[in-house]
Amino acid sequence: MVELKIRQPVRQEDYSDPLEIPALAPGAMAESKPYPASPEHQKDIGFPGELVDDWKERAIDKLGELVGKSRGLRVYLDTCVKCGACTDKCHYFLGTGDPLNMPVARQDLLRKVYRRYFTFAGKYFPWLVGAEDLTEEVLDEWYSYFHQCSQCRRCSVYCPYGIDTAEVSMAAREIMDTVGKGQKYCNEIIGKVHKIGNNLGLQKKALKATLEDLEEDIEDETGVKVRMPVDKKGADIMLVTPSADFFAEPHVDGLIGYAKVFHQAGASWTISSYASEAANFGMFIGSYENMRELALRIRKAAIDLKVKRIVFGECGHAWRAAYSFLNTLAGPFDFLDQNYPIPQHICEYTFDQIQKGALTFDKSRNDDFRLTYHDSCNVARASRMGDKPGGQFEIPRAILREVCNHFYEMPADTIRENSFCCGGGGGLLTDELLEVRTKGAQPRMRALQQVSDDHGVTHMAALCAICKTQFAKVMPEYGFEMDAIVSIHQMVSNAIILDGQRMDEDEDEDDIETVASGNGAGAGEE
Amino acid sequence: MLTAAYALLFYGATVILVGGVGRKIWQYANTPAPLKIPTTPAPVTRGGVVLRMVREVVLFESLFKANKWIWLFGWIFHAGLLLVLMRHLRYFTEPVWSWVALMQPFGVYAGFAMVAGLLGLWARRIIVPRIRYISAPSDHLILVLLIAIGVSGLLMKYVARTDIVALKAFFLGLIYFDWQPLPADPVLLVHLALVAGLMIVFPVSKLLHAPGVFFSPGRNQVDNPREKRHLAPWAARLEAGGKR
Repeated sequence: MVELKIRQPVRQEDYSDPLEIPALAPGAMAESKPYPASPEHQKDIGFPGELVDDWKERAIDKLGELVGKSRGLRVYLDTCVKCGACTDKCHYFLGTGDPLNMPVARQDLLRKVYRRYFTFAGKYFPWLVGAEDLTEEVLDEWYSYFHQCSQCRRCSVYCPYGIDTAEVSMAAREIMDTVGKGQKYCNEIIGKVHKIGNNLGLQKKALKATLEDLEEDIEDETGVKVRMPVDKKGADIMLVTPSADFFAEPHVDGLIGYAKVFHQAGASWTISSYASEAANFGMFIGSYENMRELALRIRKAAIDLKVKRIVFGECGHAWRAAYSFLNTLAGPFDFLDQNYPIPQHICEYTFDQIQKGALTFDKSRNDDFRLTYHDSCNVARASRMGDKPGGQFEIPRAILREVCNHFYEMPADTIRENSFCCGGGGGLLTDELLEVRTKGAQPRMRALQQVSDDHGVTHMAALCAICKTQFAKVMPEYGFEMDAIVSIHQMVSNAIILDGQRMDEDEDEDDIETVASGNGAGAGEE
Repeated sequence: MLTAAYALLFYGATVILVGGVGRKIWQYANTPAPLKIPTTPAPVTRGGVVLRMVREVVLFESLFKANKWIWLFGWIFHAGLLLVLMRHLRYFTEPVWSWVALMQPFGVYAGFAMVAGLLGLWARRIIVPRIRYISAPSDHLILVLLIAIGVSGLLMKYVARTDIVALKAFFLGLIYFDWQPLPADPVLLVHLALVAGLMIVFPVSKLLHAPGVFFSPGRNQVDNPREKRHLAPWAARLEAGGKR
């Protein structure tokens, strides 16, 4: 049967369709597996060090427990009718062709076990309903394919029942952790946050030194003393940002942007060294307890520093954990100023300042950037900004249009709620998974290629630390420069004119370029 | 003998359908939702959620976004089934409600539409490799069962008519516990047995999507986590045990 296509490629020979459906390639990604967590990492976050002897019984018990604790999981496992609506929606399926990367097939890896042990049909007629015993092979499949889901929720948009594979993969990972089969990347990082306060294991001293260096950089660039305070008691605003913002490119340029906005708005703000991490990898492994402990650090830091507001930096899943879960996990936040959203996104903050007329921009400073915008999955489909539904799409775009003259959208079926994951979300941002990450980025890269060919777009902005790291890594595989990915607040930082700022004329033009945009423009074209 | 067998079959099927689905609904309603997980953008008010659910249930909004073929066949089948069920009310009511009498001809066309939609869905399940891959035997059998019900029903309308007056007496007799003889037409017996079978598998099959959709947190939650604290009972207990 012919597939109905919503959009045809403009010029077939020039463009690869981001939504092109591959032929099925069974087993293509069966060998893709993350490194297992070491016994210490497992124990640090409350799980057995290695696969327990009675893993099968414990796994089934845990599945039963989770189904009893989560209406979503129970309904999702029961109601799928195998209509096929989701089968062509996952970026990992589009990139790999492995049928087990079709959302419904991925869910079925858990659903077949649920049916076998928890449903009448599966207990008595397993062959009829595709129910299967939990075996070592099944556990291996889980480990492989539930670590090929970035929990981006794209499939849930299209499911007639809103079945969310993210919930299923979180449950599966929690079951695996519970029997001692954890993933190194996530579990090691969660342990670091519990102990030190951020994913990088960055101590207060190093954090302070890093921020002081950045303050100097800003002063060199602008002539203005912009402060980045750490643990300043009594500050109005506590900024909680992904720790990648302290080091990685282009993240750090975004951090400089937040600092400039706070400075220009006259805000009293601080970063906490105790809660120096917005990311919450507890979400990726589906562990309510770990997620809650990480969230409670933020609460404690806010109380200790006696701040009035909490603002989150640019990070996708972190914003989901903050916007959707923080109040649940660590609330109520009755000790904060109730006149502002709790928590607030840095884009909401900047947008407010723009509305108030507090910020001055020279858009032409971004004229080397022909920009498009990548909606990060967790912001697009699992959170909101502002008062209205869809504010998470409008506010970042409003900011970009305010600071940049050349802005173009990628094809409509690849942005906003239809946006594709970068390919590195959900705890997959680790080198041993580079193959699936690169292939999973394919739909987004093809969409970028289109807007690049059509409008000469050179850069893509994003507001997620994982997206930024992932794109910087995989873009070269698709013929783009690694610095073709930029932070939203990097664009803000480039264009904002601080009070008393030394202007371009005072300095050599090239120096400004280098400071503002790294290696400058020109990416994305052959 | 035949009458008694079918009478007992329908009593049993009704108990299983009502009891089984009722139990599942009770289970869904009483399983807590620990976190706010609506698929956003989501409505920020209860009224908005009701509207979203109505669009989902009446128009299959998400499915329309996903795939126009599945939407077309799926919607035609479900709309057809609804009209057919409404048409069948005349076999269970005396006097027949006037709107049921009025919609009788539409109900007949709907029978054809329903079968056509089902055939479309089945064709996709067989022809499209992705959907074939995810199909278990039960996914094919449910379609076969529904198609057989539709076709046997249409056969009675156009080919092998049955004694409809006696049939109505049979069903009214079941309702009022005053059994009346069931006409022994083979097509009718097949049709009724298949319908009873459908009622019996309903609570233990994917047909649970009918009540399930209303309990899907992705669709039925209000997007207001910042404004209103959401806390599941088990999470509250966890909190009481270890508040920092």
